[in-house]
Amino acid sequence: MVIMSAAVTYMYLTERAAGNLATMLFTADTVWYAPFNIHYSVGIDGITVAMLLLSSIIVFTGVFASWKIDPLPKEFFLWYSLLSIGVYGFFISTDLFTMFMYYEIALIPMYLLIGVWGSGKKEYGAMKLTLMLMGGSALLLVGILGIYYQSGATSMNILEICKTNIPIQAQYYLFPLTFMGFGVLGAMFPFHTWSPDGHASAPTAVSMLHAGVLMKLGGYGCFRVAIYLMPQAAHELSWIFLILTGISVVYGAFSAVVQTDLKYINAYSSVSHCGLVLFAILMLNQTAMTGAVMQMLSHGLMTALFFALIGMIYGRTHTRLITEMGGLMKIIPFFGVSYVIAGLASLGLPSLSGFVAEMTIFVGSFQETDTFHRVLTIVACTSIVITAVYILRVVGKILYGAVQDKHHEHLDPATWYERLSVVTLIVAIFAVGSAPFWISSMISDSVMPVITQLAK
Amino acid sequence: MTGDKRLETKDKNMDYSSFLQMKEEFSLLAVMVFLLVYDIFASEKALRYFQPIALVLFAAHTLLNCVPREAFEVAGGMFQYVPMQTYVKTILNVGTLIVLLQAHKFLNEDTNRIKRGEFYFLTFSTLLGMYFMISAGNFLMFFIGLETASIPMATLVAFDKYNKKSAEAGAKYILSAVFASSISLFGMSLIYGTTGTLYFNDIAVLFTGTPLQLLAFVLFSVGLFFKISLVPFHLWTPDVYEGAQTNITSYLSVISKGAAVFVLFTLLVKVFVHIIADWQPILYGLAVVSITVANLFAIRQQNLKRFLAFSSISQAGYILLAIISGTALGMASLVYFVLVYMFSNLAAFGVISVIEQKSKKILMSDYNGLYQTNPKLSFVMMIALFSLAGIPPFAGFFSKFFIFSAAAQQGFYVLVFIALLNTIISLYYYLLVVKAMFINANESPIETVTSDIPAKISFVLCTVGILVVGLISTIYSQIALFSFGI
Repeated sequence: MVIMSAAVTYMYLTERAAGNLATMLFTADTVWYAPFNIHYSVGIDGITVAMLLLSSIIVFTGVFASWKIDPLPKEFFLWYSLLSIGVYGFFISTDLFTMFMYYEIALIPMYLLIGVWGSGKKEYGAMKLTLMLMGGSALLLVGILGIYYQSGATSMNILEICKTNIPIQAQYYLFPLTFMGFGVLGAMFPFHTWSPDGHASAPTAVSMLHAGVLMKLGGYGCFRVAIYLMPQAAHELSWIFLILTGISVVYGAFSAVVQTDLKYINAYSSVSHCGLVLFAILMLNQTAMTGAVMQMLSHGLMTALFFALIGMIYGRTHTRLITEMGGLMKIIPFFGVSYVIAGLASLGLPSLSGFVAEMTIFVGSFQETDTFHRVLTIVACTSIVITAVYILRVVGKILYGAVQDKHHEHLDPATWYERLSVVTLIVAIFAVGSAPFWISSMISDSVMPVITQLAK
Repeated sequence: MTGDKRLETKDKNMDYSSFLQMKEEFSLLAVMVFLLVYDIFASEKALRYFQPIALVLFAAHTLLNCVPREAFEVAGGMFQYVPMQTYVKTILNVGTLIVLLQAHKFLNEDTNRIKRGEFYFLTFSTLLGMYFMISAGNFLMFFIGLETASIPMATLVAFDKYNKKSAEAGAKYILSAVFASSISLFGMSLIYGTTGTLYFNDIAVLFTGTPLQLLAFVLFSVGLFFKISLVPFHLWTPDVYEGAQTNITSYLSVISKGAAVFVLFTLLVKVFVHIIADWQPILYGLAVVSITVANLFAIRQQNLKRFLAFSSISQAGYILLAIISGTALGMASLVYFVLVYMFSNLAAFGVISVIEQKSKKILMSDYNGLYQTNPKLSFVMMIALFSLAGIPPFAGFFSKFFIFSAAAQQGFYVLVFIALLNTIISLYYYLLVVKAMFINANESPIETVTSDIPAKISFVLCTVGILVVGLISTIYSQIALFSFGI
């Protein structure tokens, strides 16, 4: 297990080193399956770097959050590593085939991770999650094959395909397919139902990685494949998806208000926040897109922190229902304070990461001046208020007030590996929140190719 | 008629020494004859080495014949060889070898020891029949191959003759096989009636798609559809799979099916090339029906052999996607798919067979908690099922992707989409087994099974196959290299 975590740490460090250096594409390309023009090609830009940073931090902290996993620790970390490979591979792929392959690689370990190590309705949650995401990938595969054959490109490389013009009629059906395919993973409104059940029953590290990183795969894919390759259709059809994502933003937030299980609250809040990511991407302007990537980063970090804390609290109180908890701030102050920080980041307090991201998104969205976009933006803005409602409600209920259960009066303090995991995430949240410019400039540079593509 | 003239020219070219070029067939025949003689005349002591000798000989045969050669014709075009056939035959050989390795323990049981010779001889006969079927250049040769493959197969299915189910399965198989063959034969006679020849090359020119010819085509292809067990010609499959001894079931599901799909593809693009607009919709419908119906039935199965029977029907439906494309790309994808399918399916059947021999348990609920007692077997089973479901990084993902790609290239997007929706259903039922093994708790899981060395070798072969064939693209490139010769 130590070796495993060392390996993950090593991965983290190398990725980090690469991340600090790279502001442009490090590309490598090897022919893999020549008859299909499939290349194994990888490359990174600013957005990828941000995503890799996010993944590294979360994979790293996830290992510490599941330090004492039981039973079958070996198997747990085997699947966990496979999941991480899928995530990394997806972000660095510039070839549609490898991208799709890594997407599916990330999918299957989820089933076993949730099914074996999960809690609650784990079989149901795991099966629902796997099948719905598989459904998304089915849409996606048709989309990818369509893009490849319709574009007439001589390679499945995204950078090659974007030079060609996919016929506009083909774009009309390929864009929705691809966008919905990735949208399922990004928990877009009618396809979000896997997320609460899946997240609620998953073990801590998996919830962290899934909500923190995997849902970002959806947003990233929509951005990199659907909009980048099919700009005309993106212009024409974005209104449908804007409405859908607008619904997810508000609906997710409202659902979170009425939940009583901590994980469900957080899962619905993820639906809302990831909806905001897709919403911002569909605004199709540079500021909003930069904000979307910032939001991915910020939401990834804070939701991971949430799930880590929930897992740690659950490990002590053996309940996740907020009605059965209270006064935890006095008993386990470390978790209490961290929870408040996560909550504040989530509702967008300045100097924490959430503020920067949401600010950029809404500034970007208001740049679209027609009534349709205006109305939707205002509707989406209301989610900020609703977020404040459910965050503060939870904080007030479980951290302050009287202790509900007398078994909760003596709970173990945080161990070193839990502290390490939580502190790393908090530091990252502060870092993004207080010094956002190096990240946001890096991202907005990399958004440019998409914007030029859209202007064509 | 023109056909007769062609026949005459063919006859002039006949050269008996060229028969020796049928290297694969003669080599397999030599192995068969040797084993038959050895089984009869060897002393009791020497017979102990019967199985190792048989396995080594067959492995040698496989190795000797795995290098493709120049294309040639024997017997005036009765027998046509193209390099691609070597790959197909090698895939069949490797598959047969794996089946034999898995059957090693079963054949060493006291009740079966006496029948070992027959087992090997019959298995190799069916294989020989498939060789001829694959290389046939004439409908007569094709039919002989088909029957040589079918009739010993029925004997094998009824191998465990005192077991009621096995005997019943044998009867079912032979009756439906004969029925299908006779329809097929009727089709062939109509083909002869309309074209005046049985040679593939001549028919390809003369077969223009008159109504009678279309009827002939449909009747003829029923025989092959039966072998591949497509819906609605699949009704024999679950019963026979369930009744036959597990190793024979795996042979039936992989080798027999693999040979038949290859032949179907060759015939469609070589002989029935002019009526492509007619057979594409037929296969389209069959593919949709096969995949969907089989998937829906598979969900309800508790018996794992029946479960895999339905799964193999739906896999056959996926293979049709490659056939429908009718391109060289489709051909390569098909052979590649069969290769991957062979490894995956044999691994799954292998696990079922070792567990069945040990504990007589075959239901999905018996597999609850298998991982606690048999981690390795569960792992092999899981990889096999994931590969069948098409999950990366296992080879099944690549083979399915290529098949879909081949179909999409020809514009069959709707078909690909239907097939993809079905992969979700199939993933569901494959996951049910994985769930049983890894997640479900069980008070008394199946006790630890120790398989013998040949079975272990077979599992290693399958696992390596599943893991490596997808990631190493040279295998696919090799296959694709020769697919243009069709």
